Amino acid sequence: MANEAAHAADAHPADAHADEHYHPQWSTYWKVAVVLTLITVVEVWIYYIPSFVASKLFVPSLLIMSAVKFAIVVMFYMHLKYDHKLFRALFTGPLLIAIGTLFGLLFLFGKLAIRLGLGAG
Amino acid sequence: MASAAIPDPHHAADAHSHPPTTTGLNHRKIAVWAFIGSECMLFVSLISTYLIYKGRSIAGPYPHEWWCRATNTIGKTAAELGTCAPAETFKPILNIPVTSASTFVLLMSSLAMVLALAAVENADKPKPTGTWENILRSSKTWLWVTAILGTTFLGFQAYEFTSFVHEGLTIRTNLFGSSFFTLTGFHGAHVTVGVLWLLALLGIDYKRGLKPADALNVDIAALYWHFVDVVWIAIFTLLYLIQ
Amino acid sequence: MATMAAPISATSAETSSPSGIWSWLTTVDHKRIGILYLVTAVFFFCWGGLEALVIRTQLIGPNMKIVNAEQYNQLFTMHGTTMVFLVIMPLSSAFFNFLIPLQIGARDVAFPRLNAFSYWVFLFGGIVITLPILFGLAPNGGWFGYAPITTMAYSSGYNIDYWVLGLQILGVASLAAAFNFITTIINMRAPGMHLMRMPIFTWMSFVVQFLVILAFPVITVALVFLMFDRFFGTNFYTIAAGADPLLWQHLFWIFGHPEVYILILPAFGLVSEVLPTFSKKPLFGYPVMVYSGMLIGFLGFGVWAHHMFSVGMGPVADSVFSLTTMLIAIPTGVKILNWVSTMWGGNIRFTTSMMFGIALVAMFTVGGISGIMHSSSPADLQQTDSYFVVAHFHYVLFGGAVFGIMAGVYYYFPKMTGRMMSETIGKWHFWVFFIAMNLTFFPMHFAGLYGMPRRIYTYDAGQGWETFNVMSTAGAYLQAVGMLLFLYNFITSWRSGPKAGNNPWGAPTLEWALPSPVPDYNFAHIPTITSRYPLWDQKAEELVKSESETTIDGRLKTAKELGIPMPFPTIRPLIAALLMCTMICSVLFIHAGNLPLALTIGIASFLGLTFTLVSWLTSALE
Ligand code: HEM
Ligand SMILES: [Cu+2]
Repeated sequence: MANEAAHAADAHPADAHADEHYHPQWSTYWKVAVVLTLITVVEVWIYYIPSFVASKLFVPSLLIMSAVKFAIVVMFYMHLKYDHKLFRALFTGPLLIAIGTLFGLLFLFGKLAIRLGLGAG
Repeated sequence: MASAAIPDPHHAADAHSHPPTTTGLNHRKIAVWAFIGSECMLFVSLISTYLIYKGRSIAGPYPHEWWCRATNTIGKTAAELGTCAPAETFKPILNIPVTSASTFVLLMSSLAMVLALAAVENADKPKPTGTWENILRSSKTWLWVTAILGTTFLGFQAYEFTSFVHEGLTIRTNLFGSSFFTLTGFHGAHVTVGVLWLLALLGIDYKRGLKPADALNVDIAALYWHFVDVVWIAIFTLLYLIQ
Repeated sequence: MATMAAPISATSAETSSPSGIWSWLTTVDHKRIGILYLVTAVFFFCWGGLEALVIRTQLIGPNMKIVNAEQYNQLFTMHGTTMVFLVIMPLSSAFFNFLIPLQIGARDVAFPRLNAFSYWVFLFGGIVITLPILFGLAPNGGWFGYAPITTMAYSSGYNIDYWVLGLQILGVASLAAAFNFITTIINMRAPGMHLMRMPIFTWMSFVVQFLVILAFPVITVALVFLMFDRFFGTNFYTIAAGADPLLWQHLFWIFGHPEVYILILPAFGLVSEVLPTFSKKPLFGYPVMVYSGMLIGFLGFGVWAHHMFSVGMGPVADSVFSLTTMLIAIPTGVKILNWVSTMWGGNIRFTTSMMFGIALVAMFTVGGISGIMHSSSPADLQQTDSYFVVAHFHYVLFGGAVFGIMAGVYYYFPKMTGRMMSETIGKWHFWVFFIAMNLTFFPMHFAGLYGMPRRIYTYDAGQGWETFNVMSTAGAYLQAVGMLLFLYNFITSWRSGPKAGNNPWGAPTLEWALPSPVPDYNFAHIPTITSRYPLWDQKAEELVKSESETTIDGRLKTAKELGIPMPFPTIRPLIAALLMCTMICSVLFIHAGNLPLALTIGIASFLGLTFTLVSWLTSALE
């Protein structure tokens, strides 16, 4: 990115204000870190429970947990929850297209399939 | 509204008589968010390829399975391989304990990064009295911690890569090797850029101190850093934990 | 409504802008960069056109021997690659650069130096791809470069290397420009220029920039895999190692279909400016135009596999992609209806620009209809890989994109150069192009339906293809005549065309309130916008500062006299672009087996690049 150095100082006062006002502070950041750590511990923990790994719940629970982590970091650390809605649009739009593409590809390559459950086939 | 364009005499002198931005937001922050949006597609392409090729390698080593080269058999446990000479036996290549540790390190670097941003935003507040508190409120501290944690993550990755090579997996060995090293290598390159960026910020901090007016610059670096972190959150689950 | 051509006055006198080669190498002015894009792309247009002429000469009759199969492969690959990446995209970029800031009321783009960087990267990337044909080493794997045929196992020459590296470089140029324009459009609009008051060209450009930032990363990854396969021995496309031959095709078309909208939407935008002006009527259904553009962009990411109906994806995938493709034709058709309704009952002036604009509506419709024909997967099985598809995409690309851009060139030439193009030669140009294009491409529908495959370098007599091929070749030569007319008109008008006033067409949008050519600072006074068609609703003088305030001694005031800070010219973007290209191209020496040299050049370029970037970032913008 062109870091137009001369513009470095032109953080518009209005801007700086909004930032100051809306950013969560220390305590939130630490709480978020604790939650992230706990989820990571659970993720790794269930990886070591063979019966759970073998169960149908394993993959979905991992996916949900990492999605939660993803969302927490984006919302709090990237402060999308508090920031201008334009940034939210700039991120979620592309993210949705990206996720759609991922699923499309996984279906096309037979990594995912919708089983209609007809007959024993 | 029209008067907004008339140069404010106070500002005209320092050559900053730009009209205010339409949204009141900073140009570079918008560009960085657009860049992050674009990066989503980049990493999704890499991750999709990894997942598409998962289980398609025709020879080991494999991420989660044991492999006997002599008989080309795959098993969930060593026992499933039957008799296989130790030199021909390859264990599952992914090292979950080590990667869990490096994942934790990267997560904590994100914490350090937000604390650095908070420190810069509050740099003009009255200094706390205790030495310890002073250190905790210093942007230098947290920028250093972030950079060091990032470098530690890279160290784990270097360790991981070299040990894989010793265990017989290179980028040329099989589809798993190609897609694994490319995906994680791309991520590592992003972390490297992030570390350099942090060091540049530290340079400024030492030279003239980061002020609340610089918060935007730190914010932009932080957005990039956290994004690289969330990509890893996805990679850790999709590559390492799901078998 | 008709505030016709404002009186031509001293304002059209030259500003004191510097000239000379150096000023062009160091320029960061979006208008000059736009002109650089325009001239470079016109050059590549002639180049790609010459390649097409050789192709058509070879195919004029059965069993011709003008070129051999290998040369033919290089020619059609380069023709396609050139026209897509080095002609239509940069022609669109020319207008993005020149027009977007003027249309939204800004003095420049958000990152002027990054903008210069984009242009130079594009130029060097173009050179990397184009030069090898002079040595018989041009890329020869088609513009879509299907792997595995482009892997080392099947293409061991250097040819494909140039294509892979060149495309990678061009991708950087497009991406950097896209981030720049997204920021510019979001953040540099003049007061009152709400999103729903933006000119449609700016709107379509906005959509296109999002297509670029989402589609280009995918081709980047596909090309990285190919690069790694070719240079470092990875297995992404090695079938023997278990790789899937469809991986490349999917990644390429996930990029490729949005890419065709990247090519057409800017032309749609230009035509949406031209038609209202020359019909003296506001665009019919402006909001619908905006939303259909956004919908096309969005749906464009869900149709890619319609290029792959013949690979056997299975009935479910085929049906899904058939349906989405048919769906995307709806917003496209809506646009056609809107244009027709704009002209309906209008007071039409048949200028050259307008004629190209109307021709776009007609010719794109033909191409759209053949597109819908092969959106049906069973029908496509008959048409795919035949000349029918060649007819389709030339109707949309030539009849659509090129005609739209020509409409834009005739329309905006006065604003760019301060002079008018000759309407007489322009009309000749139009009719020759129009007849020639139909003569060339319409018969291809029949050749295709009679079974003539694409990408064959020669064919036997007696298959019913001869007449069609003679017609197509004759048309191609006629197109060359049209191109010569255009070049003559372009060059002579630039030198000595009649002076244009600020608003020679009585156009309604903001850029026409400015002097022609536009002074380097664009707006002496940032205007306040109160409507979609400001110049039809208020006087130009109310919008931009009146003449007495902006002129002095019969010339325009300089930025300095007006107290407007201007970015400094700088050579750094050019140097950074050059070093980035040598860095990327250093891997060629790996192919040559000279790893030390590759590393030396690569590392030296990298260090130089880092140094340039640091000096760029730490130097003052203005
Ligand atoms: C109504 C809208 C459109 C539809 C339904 C449509 C549909 C299709 C389909 C199904 C194909 C695949 C044909 C085959 O290979 O068998 C195709 C090919 C193609 N289309 Fe379109 N298209 C449309 C508009 C466009 C536009 C606007 C452009 C470019 C400006 C375009 C450029 C191309 C190109 C270049 C190819 C050939 C790609 C190749 O194989 O090299 N199309 N189109
Ligand atoms: Cu398509």
